[in-house]
Amino acid sequence: MSARRLFIVLLLALASGSAQELKVAAASDLTAALAKLSSAFEKESGIRLNISLGSSGNFFAQIENGAPFDVFLSADKSYPEKLQESALTEPGTLFTYARGKLVLWIPANSPLHFAADGNGVLTGDLNSLSGPSVQRIAIANPEHAPYGRAAEAVLRHYGIYDRLRPRLVLGENISQTAQFGQSGNAQAAFIAMAIAVTPEMKGNGHFFVLPQESYPPLDQAAVVLRSSRNKAEAQGFLKFLESAQARRILSEFGFEVPAK
Amino acid sequence: MSWQAFVLTAKLAFLTAIILLVLGLPIAFWIAFSPRRWKFVIEAVVGMPLVLPPTVLGFYLLLAFGSGTAFGRWYQHLTGSTLAFTFSGLVVASVLYSLPFAVHPMVAGIRAVDPRLIDAARTLGADKHKIYGQVVLPLAWPGLLTGVVLSFAHTVGEFGVVLMVGGNIPGATRTLSIDIYDQVQSLHYSAANQTALVLLLFSYFLLCLVYGLNRRSFMWAGR
Repeated sequence: MSARRLFIVLLLALASGSAQELKVAAASDLTAALAKLSSAFEKESGIRLNISLGSSGNFFAQIENGAPFDVFLSADKSYPEKLQESALTEPGTLFTYARGKLVLWIPANSPLHFAADGNGVLTGDLNSLSGPSVQRIAIANPEHAPYGRAAEAVLRHYGIYDRLRPRLVLGENISQTAQFGQSGNAQAAFIAMAIAVTPEMKGNGHFFVLPQESYPPLDQAAVVLRSSRNKAEAQGFLKFLESAQARRILSEFGFEVPAK
Repeated sequence: MSWQAFVLTAKLAFLTAIILLVLGLPIAFWIAFSPRRWKFVIEAVVGMPLVLPPTVLGFYLLLAFGSGTAFGRWYQHLTGSTLAFTFSGLVVASVLYSLPFAVHPMVAGIRAVDPRLIDAARTLGADKHKIYGQVVLPLAWPGLLTGVVLSFAHTVGEFGVVLMVGGNIPGATRTLSIDIYDQVQSLHYSAANQTALVLLLFSYFLLCLVYGLNRRSFMWAGR
């Protein structure tokens, strides 16, 4: 067999793949939770998840242009809905698997102080963010990251957006936003609770949960893509996301799960 | 196309090229003429950005700029803000990232100078500085110019490092490459296309300049 033919055969073997693997495009607020979810799912079904993390807007653009994912876990509902409108999703698979929560994260040595209730929910205002000890506040890019839009809404809700605007730095996705805070380059960061509860972030600072009325709900939707060649397995994974076990893991990472 | 991003990118590339001319020349001279046997150690350091992924540089710069390091704290104390998310931070990053693109052509240009000319100058009593300044520099100029043009072009094309330490601030750290990325992500394909096309033509023009320059210098060498 010529080297070229061998190469083609290998390529085909790779492309046809075993159905024992699902390609999942996931919003980066799921980074930690998905690690746990995928090992639980693999144990249950024997199917491995091949996870790509990034901003939902980025994946939306990629999927629109034919990216070969089986499942899309977005950080909001609008992107999967738009894909559904363009008939790029498997009909009847779109569902809301969780609601994300936005928190304000500050480093452990921060002089900032915010009032909060027993559940860690912010009760006062955010005015101390405009104090002199804060030079940079990290948010995700509102142009294409749902958590960035939520952060902007919060700042507007508390009437400090215009004042703080010059201090905002934009993370490419919610993980990078957290990393701007964690590395000590930003003095405050608006991030997903699902990231704030990870040991890496918890060990370096603390967070305040922002009241739900200060930003539009971050309902996160999952959908099976029409181009998927493993639809049955993909639907199996979405079913798993509705299971009691998956819901427990999601709420452990600060997601609110819809009532059944 | 975002005019602001265009001006910012031009400013960044121009500053980086100038700094690298000043910084790169002595390094290039040293590499070309030093008799030290451990020279390769320094050459390897200079060449590293060629093979390192930008994410490595971006990651370490982000850590270095942050309040977790002595340097980060010192700079923050001095200026009141961190180097990350600022134009100065991008200049520092670009100088490091484009260093080999300036130094390598410079070294090649200097090495291409006929050693007999240097020997002749020496026998005529010229000291080291005079040889460097009046014999080598004027003859090595195609290499020097190539170094400046390449470091300029490479800075314009910088993406990963800027994405990691820039923070995407309009007018300060949102360069053309980031602007294109944002446009694509926001599905503004026609806007992205405009900017991308400008960059495409610009890079082609610059590379034509570089290859044209080197063609001429070869002709001279063969004369």
